[in-house]
Amino acid sequence: MCLAIPALVKSIDGFQAEVEIGGISRRVSIQLTPEVQVGEYVLLHTGYSINVIDAEEAEETLKLLREISEAV
Amino acid sequence: MKYIDEYRQPELAKKLVDRIHRRSRKQIRLMEFCGGHTVSIFKYGIRQLLPDTIEMLSGPGCPVCVTANADLDKAIALAQLPDAIITSFGDMIRVPGSYSSLQIAKAEGNDVRVVYSVLDAIQVARENPDKSVIFVGIGFETTAPTIAAGVLQAEQENLSNFHILSLHKLCPPIMKSILDLGEVRLSGIVCPGHVSAVIGSHPYQFIADDYHISCVVSGFEPLDILLCIDMLVEQIENEDYKVEIAYRRGVKPEGNQQAIKLMESVFEVGDADWRGIGVVPASGLILRESYEKFDAEKNFEINPGPVREPRGCICGSILRGVSTPLDCKLFRQTCTPEHPVGPCMVSSEGSCATYYNYGDGDGG
Repeated sequence: MCLAIPALVKSIDGFQAEVEIGGISRRVSIQLTPEVQVGEYVLLHTGYSINVIDAEEAEETLKLLREISEAV
Repeated sequence: MKYIDEYRQPELAKKLVDRIHRRSRKQIRLMEFCGGHTVSIFKYGIRQLLPDTIEMLSGPGCPVCVTANADLDKAIALAQLPDAIITSFGDMIRVPGSYSSLQIAKAEGNDVRVVYSVLDAIQVARENPDKSVIFVGIGFETTAPTIAAGVLQAEQENLSNFHILSLHKLCPPIMKSILDLGEVRLSGIVCPGHVSAVIGSHPYQFIADDYHISCVVSGFEPLDILLCIDMLVEQIENEDYKVEIAYRRGVKPEGNQQAIKLMESVFEVGDADWRGIGVVPASGLILRESYEKFDAEKNFEINPGPVREPRGCICGSILRGVSTPLDCKLFRQTCTPEHPVGPCMVSSEGSCATYYNYGDGDGG
C-alpha cells in the first residue's frame, strides 16, 4: 500500500509534471515536492511525488555497499 | 530501472549476508512494520538467508489489513446509499466486513469504483455532479498527504459532492501500542520506508530512548533490507540503541516538511480503530472542522448494524506479531486468495497472502 516507485521528471507545469517510469510516461502531481527540478527522480505514490530522490545519498549508499563487499 | 536495479546486485547481497552471519551473536527478534517490507523479505527469500540468531516478525503495517470491520461496514453502508458512488483503492473492495464487502455491494448494483489516486476520485466527482462521490481514505502517513492535497483541490474547485471517509492511521502511535501490549519482545524494528519519506526518522526516537529497541529505516530492495538488518545487528550487538536510516536516498531525518504541512492543514490527530488491537487514542487522522463538509461520516446518515468478526480468523493476532498465518486453522484451507476470510489474505501485502504466495519463509 505504501508502495512508491522511482520516476524521472521530464517536464514541469505548475504542480503537474510529466514523469517517466521504465519507459512509460504519466502525468503526476508534484504538489508535495514543489522543489523538484526536471531531470531529478521522485518517489511516486498514488499519483503524487512524495519525495525527491537524493542522488548523492544514493551513490553514498552504493559506495558503502561496495566497501562492505570488498572488506570481506 | 534506475534506483532499483543497483540495489538488487546478487554479489553485493551475498557479501552482506556473509557479514550479517559473522557479526550476529545474540539471539534477536526484529519486526518489519510495513507490509511492503514483508513482501520484499519473502519475495527475495531473505528469511532463509539470515542466520538462526535472527528471527523476523511481521507487524501491523498493511492499511487494508488493519481497517476494522466497524469501519468497513461504514464504507459498505455508504455504498448502499442512493445516488452515491464509492471510490476506493483496489484491495479494499474485496475485504469482507461483518455482512458484506464493497465487491458484493457492487454486484448488488451499487456504484463502487476502484481508483489509483485520490485525483481519479475527484475526476469522478467532476463528471457526476448529481451524485455523492465518497472516497474511502485508507493508508498511513505515506498516503494521507496525497488525500489532503485532494481535499484542498476539491475545496479549490468547490466540489460539494466530494467526500472522504477518513480511516487514515499513524505509525509511531501503533508501534508504541504494540510495544506497550508486551505480547512480543523485540530487539529491533525495520522502520517503514515510505512512511518515513514523509515523517522522517525523528518520530521513532522514543522507541530507542524509552524501550531500548534499535530502529533503522529501510528501503524495499533486497540490498536495502539486508543493509538495514546489518545496521540493526550492529546496534544490538553493541547495545547502542538509536534511530538510523539505511534508505538515505528516499528518507531524510526531518522528512518531507511540505507533505507534513499539507497533511496537518487538512487533518488532525484522532482516535482510530485497529483490527485486532481496538481503538487506540491519537493513532489516526480525522478531517479538521474547517473541512467537515468533505467528511462522509458527518454528512450522511448510515446505520451499519452490529459488528461481527469472521469465525476462526486470527488476522488480529497476526497483525500484532503474536501469531503467524501458519497458526491459523483456516489458512490455505477455507481461506485462500480466491476466497479470503480475513483481510490479511486479501491485501497483496497482507501476511497471509504473502505466506500463501511465497511459502512460509522457512523453505515451505
